[in-house]
Amino acid sequence: MASIATIARGVVAVVATVTLAAACSSGSPKTGGSGAASGQLTGRGPITLAQGKDTSGNVQNQINTWNKAHPKETVRLVELPESADQQRQQMVQNAQTKSDAYTVLNLDVVWTAEFAANRWVTQLPKDQFDLAKFLPSAVQTGTYRDNMYAAPWKTDAGLLYYRKDLLQKAGISAPPKTWAELQSDCGKVKGVDCYAGQFDKYEGLTCNFSEAVDSAGGQVVDDQGKPNVNTPQAKQGLNFLVQGFKSGMIPKEAITYEEEDARRAFEKGNLLFLRQWPYQWALSSKAPKTKGKFDVAPLPGLNGPGAPTLGGHNLAISSFAKNKATALDFIKYLTSEDTERLNLVASSEAPTLASLYDEPALQQKFPYLPTLKASLLNAKPRPKAVRYNDVTTAIQEAVYSALTGKTTTDQALADLQSKLGPLTAQ
Amino acid sequence: MTTTTAGPAAARKRRRGDVQGSGRLAVTLLSPTFIVLALVVGYPVVAALRESLYQRGQGLDANGFVVQGDKFVGLRNYTDIFTGPNSHAFWNAFGNTTFFTVVTVVIETVLGVAMALIMSRAFRGRGFVRASILVPWAIPTVVSGLLWRWVFQADGIANAIIGRQVLWTTEGFHAKLAVIIADTWKTAPFVGLLVLAGLQVIPRDVYEAARVDGAGAWQTFWRITLPMVKPVLLVAVLFRLLDVLRMFDLPVVLIGLHKDSVETLTMTAYDEATNLRYGPAAAYATVLFVYVAVVAYTFVRLLGADIIGEMRQPRAARPVRPKRKPLTVPREVTT
Repeated sequence: MASIATIARGVVAVVATVTLAAACSSGSPKTGGSGAASGQLTGRGPITLAQGKDTSGNVQNQINTWNKAHPKETVRLVELPESADQQRQQMVQNAQTKSDAYTVLNLDVVWTAEFAANRWVTQLPKDQFDLAKFLPSAVQTGTYRDNMYAAPWKTDAGLLYYRKDLLQKAGISAPPKTWAELQSDCGKVKGVDCYAGQFDKYEGLTCNFSEAVDSAGGQVVDDQGKPNVNTPQAKQGLNFLVQGFKSGMIPKEAITYEEEDARRAFEKGNLLFLRQWPYQWALSSKAPKTKGKFDVAPLPGLNGPGAPTLGGHNLAISSFAKNKATALDFIKYLTSEDTERLNLVASSEAPTLASLYDEPALQQKFPYLPTLKASLLNAKPRPKAVRYNDVTTAIQEAVYSALTGKTTTDQALADLQSKLGPLTAQ
Repeated sequence: MTTTTAGPAAARKRRRGDVQGSGRLAVTLLSPTFIVLALVVGYPVVAALRESLYQRGQGLDANGFVVQGDKFVGLRNYTDIFTGPNSHAFWNAFGNTTFFTVVTVVIETVLGVAMALIMSRAFRGRGFVRASILVPWAIPTVVSGLLWRWVFQADGIANAIIGRQVLWTTEGFHAKLAVIIADTWKTAPFVGLLVLAGLQVIPRDVYEAARVDGAGAWQTFWRITLPMVKPVLLVAVLFRLLDVLRMFDLPVVLIGLHKDSVETLTMTAYDEATNLRYGPAAAYATVLFVYVAVVAYTFVRLLGADIIGEMRQPRAARPVRPKRKPLTVPREVTT
């Protein structure tokens, strides 16, 4: 009867066949639940790593290395769909059917609270990780209520991409540190649009908005988990974007930009400044119109350097999995210095270990590493909420209507404050 | 007429005589089918109905863990949809769904019939034209959604053609228009091909008779082509209706989630399910299910599209040719 009920769950959410098969084959679906939540990491043997598509192909390489050294505790890669929403959905369904199909979960940083609060992932032993070596902001994204649920693996933060050549031509030697400097720089360079980010109504808008608020000294959700957007700082942050659109500092079409649209505009030579993730570095270095003509800087803020939004991925252990001791060792292996270094070289994904950013050999290969490290030390996570999806939807709704001029900044933030209240209540 | 009345009578007689033999055999042979149908069609529907009466707890306990367990809430998920604090989302989606259905089906029907009329003409390269017209329909919706996203992006072809910058994927009527254009591009050929199949079974002599009678092109179309193609056309329109009512991937890919201008009922259901509110999601899905059923039933009743009957008895109906009667009358008058 229990298995029928679990399948019924899946039917509503259009269960993937994989999950169904896993639910049926797991035999005794109830055994995993209660014992697992207590956080005992026992059992050794084969495990799986569930994550989105292995685009760089390097995850498989790392697994091969591990498997060679641990023939009795092999790891199998389970590739989930490319879109983050669908990855989350499959992991959630896996958890709801209490299946042991996924052992190690590659979680987006914003999912930690939801997965931890639902007891879908096991608490990790803090003392077994040398957390002082990791970037503090990345460590923070893996915690829920001060307990560690996910180990920081890959990180990400927004950077300011700028056209070095155009600034030099206008006699400007250094990239802007404040919004005012950014605007005055734009006044001196003619013929290109000033600034853009990702302002379409999707997760990118939440990142860009949190960034603007944090960079003005505000906080979307404060340290106690209470919404905090009805403040002068939040207003200044949102106003930077709203006024940007009104004054033409941000081109009108940027309201439709996601990462790739913004990158295209920059690589076409249409933009002087762009807020973007580090991944664009390698691509723009090859694009004919931007090759050798751009550089990156920390994001500007209201009164000095801004605070970028943290992205990235962490590793957690499913509560319903077997062989958790192996899983813990595997996570330690993936987050070890050697593995992270090799991964940075192979895939240019930003590591979570602070020391790697200072290695001269790596800096030579990736000249943006010092800038990225400075940004990461200053970076702020997005709101930590069990119902993160609802929170980000509410943020997008409010910010988008302010940017399109449907509501005023004050109105949008007042609406957002009242909407976030019940969503973040704990 | 004699054949049609004899049919059921004979069948009834046979059934009465065969209770011991083939009837039981038929049940035995069909039972696997029914079991499969009950499992893959019946069970999910019942399970979804059951799910729609429950709500998952959203509260946290003292340690920050979600309180487990579903609560039976009766019809509250349904009343929430229609009158709850988020009811505007439902009514907006309901309005959009209905709008898209009416507008796209009307446009696609007109365009599809026009395409079919052109394709049924004899001309060089007709086979090629017919095959190529099918291409848009053969492309997966997600792919065509992406394709149109490129067309409608800020520096895309659409803006280059109209010569000014419309931000199609932002909120507003232009977003609706973009969806309508993309949907029409994809599915008008489908209507066209079905209608073409209908056109080709119309006997040539009917048109010859019309020409002899001196009927004009418009009259021929209105009095002969349309009535004779009607059964097929109604099936095509019904298919399109059912399809548009559950439109999902095109607006999601082309415009994006959470855009009020194009949010459809399936998108609201999906959104609830993604946020783990399976009860409300099931309720949304059930409401959509009922809406689709009502539309289909009304359509069949009002327009008399006896879908299965028409498909089953075209040969029996044709010799009677009731549609030709008005034509024979004027001929007698003129002679």
